[in-house]
Amino acid sequence: MDTGRIEQIINNHRCEASSLIQILLDIQNELHWLPSEALEMVSEKLRVPMSRMQHTATFYKAFSLVPKGRHEINVCMGTACHVRGAQRVLEVVQNVTGIQPGETDTDMKFSLDTVNCLGCCALGPVMEIDKQHLGRLVPDMAASLLKNYD
Amino acid sequence: MINSPAELERLRQEILSKRDPDKPRISVCAGAGCLASGASKVISAFNEELEKQGLKGDVSTKGTGCPGFCERGPVVVIDPEETCYLQVKPKDVPAIVSQTIKEKKVIERLLYVDPAKRERVIRASDIPFYKNQERNIIGNNIKIDPKCIDDYLALGGYSALAKALSQMTSEQVVEEVKRSNLRGRGGGGFPTGIKWDAARNAPGETKYVIVNADEGDPGAFMDRAVLEGNPHSILEGLIIGAYAIGSHEGYVYVRQEYPLALENVGIAIKQAEEHGFLGSNILGSGFDFNIKVHRGAGAFVCGEETALLLSLEGKPGEPRARPPYPATRGLWDKPTNINNVETWANVPLIINRGADWFNRFGTGRSKGTKIFSLVGKIKNTGLVEVPMGVTLRDIIYKIGDGIPGAKKFKAVQTGGPAGGCIPEEHLDIAVDFDELAKVGAIMGSGGMIVMDEDTCMVDVARYFLNFLTQESCGKCSPCREGLKQMHRILTNITEGKGKEGDIELLEELAVSTRSASLCALGRSAPNPVLSTIRYFRDEYEAHIKEKRCPSFSCKQLVSYYIDPELCRACLLCMKRCTSEAISGATDRIHVIDQTKCNKCRTCFDVCPSHCHAVRRFSGEPVPAPIPDELRTIVRRRKAQ
Repeated sequence: MDTGRIEQIINNHRCEASSLIQILLDIQNELHWLPSEALEMVSEKLRVPMSRMQHTATFYKAFSLVPKGRHEINVCMGTACHVRGAQRVLEVVQNVTGIQPGETDTDMKFSLDTVNCLGCCALGPVMEIDKQHLGRLVPDMAASLLKNYD
Repeated sequence: MINSPAELERLRQEILSKRDPDKPRISVCAGAGCLASGASKVISAFNEELEKQGLKGDVSTKGTGCPGFCERGPVVVIDPEETCYLQVKPKDVPAIVSQTIKEKKVIERLLYVDPAKRERVIRASDIPFYKNQERNIIGNNIKIDPKCIDDYLALGGYSALAKALSQMTSEQVVEEVKRSNLRGRGGGGFPTGIKWDAARNAPGETKYVIVNADEGDPGAFMDRAVLEGNPHSILEGLIIGAYAIGSHEGYVYVRQEYPLALENVGIAIKQAEEHGFLGSNILGSGFDFNIKVHRGAGAFVCGEETALLLSLEGKPGEPRARPPYPATRGLWDKPTNINNVETWANVPLIINRGADWFNRFGTGRSKGTKIFSLVGKIKNTGLVEVPMGVTLRDIIYKIGDGIPGAKKFKAVQTGGPAGGCIPEEHLDIAVDFDELAKVGAIMGSGGMIVMDEDTCMVDVARYFLNFLTQESCGKCSPCREGLKQMHRILTNITEGKGKEGDIELLEELAVSTRSASLCALGRSAPNPVLSTIRYFRDEYEAHIKEKRCPSFSCKQLVSYYIDPELCRACLLCMKRCTSEAISGATDRIHVIDQTKCNKCRTCFDVCPSHCHAVRRFSGEPVPAPIPDELRTIVRRRKAQ
């Protein structure tokens, strides 16, 4: 972990407890997770106790306390996608990747998560791989799309 | 830097004088939906093609906000003729430039075809999807490049701010908003003017105004479309509100799941600062105001105002009891006024055109228009802005064009996870705050999810309870435990483990969760359960008593079976089966191994319509597979 970079992120915000969420978001975006060393640094700088750091980092969905895989899959489980069969897409993605939402495989290839709505309801069911939207999915198509990643 | 309303008008005239209304303009929707359908490639194709055909200076191209017709994206509108092309691909671009731009010829195949009249429609405003709307707020999206303040100014942007600051006292602004009868668009429906008045009259020097852009309802994306497409309209509303309330610091709380909205709002704030719409002595009025952006980190409950405030303070967003209301004790215990995106976007319209104009739209106690996100099993998915009081039937059938695939309508779910499901018999109610409440639903923020005969209503209730159980912050036990128990019972029912008495138990839990929870999340969470029991009790009973899912949706209760009489051994289902559960060959009838089948329904969907060999069973045993020796198909040769 690049401690200089973390310091820079903290300094980009006012060194106040109220900036905590914004700082953690920046670190999450940079490293794709929140290593405990980073949390400790932020805790010290902002004078926020580690208990509250943990509370915050586990409360909000954007934060991950474990490293993410090379490809981040988000299956949209919004209502529009749900009624169009998102659950069946998710199950096939789970079968192919061998992981459940919230998990990363042992090769660090895929991380799987569900999101509540990506706002592309017209394209539902949708999943997002590495920020790219893949829409109008059917289960077998989702399975074959995953083969394009290594 | 603009120092007075007169200077603003001069700048506006200058912008307009440089714009030739007859010059061709190509607007491509660059909203999230169209971008996902490839809009950015279309925009670059236009730029390349215009360059290639030597038209670069004569035609302007821009990526705009979302005009709402997401179903047919990417949407391209060519002005001044207002020619509307749908589902445009980069390969269509050379023809559009050479024919429509150069020769003013319309390309028929890219036009919308009115299914009722079987006629092609050229102008966007003549498409039934648009024609039946009243697009006060979202109508400007296609005319504006959200990253360009001049586009907003050209349409009269910031004139409401100039009017408020130079011609109205802060009391008059509050009074005008009160008289408009504008009610909060985020879900609560509380009268905006009264809320403003409370914050204005609250004692204290420091006050805050906040845009709640933490749009969390799944299936709802109207706030995102306004944030991405016309961010200045929200900022203008916020500045006017700040002036009315006496606040000098504002926040826009945007969820980080909306990166484009964050980007466009950030750019808009910077431009507003550069132009002197933000900062000190705005337009020479002596009024100072600044705005900061705060990114939400992914928690549905932060849409609740007391949770949102804690989140702004950098803490976990766990709601607290009200009163005290934020109007007296809000951010850092100071008087604070929070309104939803769409509410703020209405403010400049009300100030500019007056409360009387606003009151022309809507019903008795619900005035103005409302944007709905019409999604689910509907032909025209998209954003729909209608005056309050339009019937659900008109929205679903006139604007949405009904249910695809000749399926039967079952219900429409309004109001997000806290809303309710409305059946066919109530489709003729007028959509406003009060009428929706009467049938057990709510207006909410404007999600409208259409469901057809394939949607299981018990599963829908389970789905929302699953969502809410995950999103409950856990602070108060009625919500934390009540939702968990309801979710458990609903899951059991959908898995065929329901018991007699479950429905009554659900109702009892729903009532106590509703009356004892701390915030709106828990108090409204039982709505999906109660409204589905109210209208679809027979579906609950079929699951519990017959272990049958009438919609063939709950996978534990459904089995797929290939009818040996109908199977033509085409291999289609076998090849696409996601669990290798189907055996067969080119001359062998296909058979599903029930122990391997994962019920993904692919076989049912891909079986050609002239065969219809895949059948679904629920609540009854699946026939035994056809014996091995009878599986060979003898194909008849064509007569010589």
